[in-house]
Amino acid sequence: MNSRTEAFLAALLALAVLAAASTTPWLVFVLTLALAKGIAVLGILLLLRAGQVSFGHALFVAFSAYTVAFLAPKLGDATLLLPIGALFAGVLGLLVGLFVVRYREIFFGMLNLALSMVFYSLLEKLYTITKGTDGIRVPAATFLGRTLDRHGYEWALLLTALALAILCAVFARFYLASPMGQALSGIKTREARLEFMGVSARRVLLSAYVISAVMAGMSGALIAMTSRHVTPHLGYWTASGELVFIAILGGAGGVIGPFLGAIVFELVRVYAAASFADAWQLILGVVLLLVILFARGGLWGMVLKLCGRRA
Amino acid sequence: MHSTISRRDALLATGFGGLLMPASLSHAQPARPTEIKVGVVTILSGPASVFGVPGRNAAEMLFEEINRAGGIGGVPVRAIFVDEGPGVEHTLGEIRRLVQNERVDLLLSSISSGSCLACTPVAEELKKPVLLWDCGTQRIFEERSYEYAFRTQANATPEVLAPLLYTLKRKPNLRSVAVINQDYAWGRDSWEIWKTGMDALRPGVRVAAELFPRFNSTDFSTEITRLLALRPEVIFTTSWGGELDTFIKQAAERRLFERSTLVMPLAESSLERVGHALPPGHFIGARGDHWHLHPNPADPAKLRGFVENYRRRFNAWPIYPTHHMYQAISAMRTAYAKALETTGGAWPSDAQLARAFHGLEFDSLTSRIKIRPDGQGLEPQLIGTTVRSGDLPFPVMNDMVIYPPELITAPVGQKSVDWLKTLTPDFLNRAPG
Repeated sequence: MNSRTEAFLAALLALAVLAAASTTPWLVFVLTLALAKGIAVLGILLLLRAGQVSFGHALFVAFSAYTVAFLAPKLGDATLLLPIGALFAGVLGLLVGLFVVRYREIFFGMLNLALSMVFYSLLEKLYTITKGTDGIRVPAATFLGRTLDRHGYEWALLLTALALAILCAVFARFYLASPMGQALSGIKTREARLEFMGVSARRVLLSAYVISAVMAGMSGALIAMTSRHVTPHLGYWTASGELVFIAILGGAGGVIGPFLGAIVFELVRVYAAASFADAWQLILGVVLLLVILFARGGLWGMVLKLCGRRA
Repeated sequence: MHSTISRRDALLATGFGGLLMPASLSHAQPARPTEIKVGVVTILSGPASVFGVPGRNAAEMLFEEINRAGGIGGVPVRAIFVDEGPGVEHTLGEIRRLVQNERVDLLLSSISSGSCLACTPVAEELKKPVLLWDCGTQRIFEERSYEYAFRTQANATPEVLAPLLYTLKRKPNLRSVAVINQDYAWGRDSWEIWKTGMDALRPGVRVAAELFPRFNSTDFSTEITRLLALRPEVIFTTSWGGELDTFIKQAAERRLFERSTLVMPLAESSLERVGHALPPGHFIGARGDHWHLHPNPADPAKLRGFVENYRRRFNAWPIYPTHHMYQAISAMRTAYAKALETTGGAWPSDAQLARAFHGLEFDSLTSRIKIRPDGQGLEPQLIGTTVRSGDLPFPVMNDMVIYPPELITAPVGQKSVDWLKTLTPDFLNRAPG
């Protein structure tokens, strides 16, 4: 698929999001969360290019969300909170990354999982600071110094999330096409070759890891400002698993996949929950199984197939 | 290529079009609706569904009863249940859907304190009356004030202070206490309330051990060994559900109940499952004055009828969340009646309905509850000692004491922990029991 078609499909998806949000007010919240998660999944996708699955990226989401929750009462502007959340997550990503990029495959995945669970436990145990599982309320942020009403606030966040999603997707596309991105695929196929070429596989993976942490940080900051209540659940392993699931559902083949996956995931979840309060997990599970069994490239793979057949 | 895109376009458009539901809003004196929609947020998945499912059962049964009797003000009621099991983000989305899409008239929100803390401000922003029907955290009305939120039961402070008073009355020479609580907010909060109250009411009681096993633990052997070795006179635990069941069974096998008196403020909800594994002589509570063998209910026939109907329909004894659900629904009925009276029969708006809840008095299954100016409900607390009953396969309570809510609830505008610190040993003399 050429880049023009991809850009067109991305624009179409963005328009669909805006159309859905403007006709159905309660979806504004759900779609903002979906886009935020999509940004974190985009980070996972970079690592997937290198054949590495992180089962602990919720660590960076939660770290940034709690950073925002603690800083929001003091510097309550979204334009400050978002970059700070992303930056903090990036720094943590660098520290964690220096350690985990020495490992591959199952060890990489499990170490990420372990570290994220350490952070989860801290959030839960440091009760006097974090209020434990009840979580912390995040005051509404201002936008460029302006206080918005509920409606304006929700839309401002949706548009911010959409803009960030597009920026991140464009960046990821260029990054994956660059030598650094190509080297990621090199790690997946045969790492020794990279080393023979004089490219440090660790550095390649570390840079992707830090970028993915920054993306997870943006996602966490957006989630904190949208739901305005952070709990340790954001950093639980099921939250990390959800990100990997969305990556599989959306398909790892292109940068639109994570967003397509996240939107479908959230919509299936809310509509299944709306129709069957008792059995919605079952429905979500069946949808994921069907995608895994019959559409191995994920939803994005299905889109590619549809376009390819007719092109 | 062009045709490809337009088909994509069409596909997406139909896809989203099919998903979307219509929405438009208007505010004014509303016309009499064809039905009253009530959004009920409860836990239907995960460990805490031991409370959420009985709550939903009670709601279904009570809504049917209301509709059989002609509805509220002649309008039938309908419940829309949503699951808060997946966590706060999901629940926040569901609250918005209930209000903005389903257009519910009233929300009964949540069992989990985390959900309550997160959802109540959202309901307030959406200007939708919300009844906090089961969550316990005292932080809600102590940290913020609300126009649209009301709690139709007590909160953590009276629910822990009552068993503390009961214990101190029965153990005048209490020297040592241990705690074993789930390691999450409620486990920590309830211990803080107990410890602060105990230090104020009877200074000098030693804390032998503070044990906080991981939330959702299934093995308490290490903790039980320590408790056996330390021999505290009293062991306090606010655990619930499967964890409490497991703890009781494991503790019974290790004979912990023979060495220490256990104080279990939530054990009423586990009685039917643990049966006689829970020996006589231990102090239990039910987060309120909820008990099918309540010694002096305001209307014995009503309580009996509810218990019998519930048992016939669900083949289980009604536990405290069913009482809490009854209270929320009773408050709703009473508030509608009050609002309709104020408006002279015109259908009340959301704001008018919310105003009706201020200072509302309504019947529970066993007594009468009043909503204070800050939105907090004043509910009595019943504590008793386990005893074997002749004809039931699980222990029941005797030596029951009912604590009046005015005595044991932190006054309006005061934070619970600060208030508990001001208590003196004389307070204990004024308490019944």
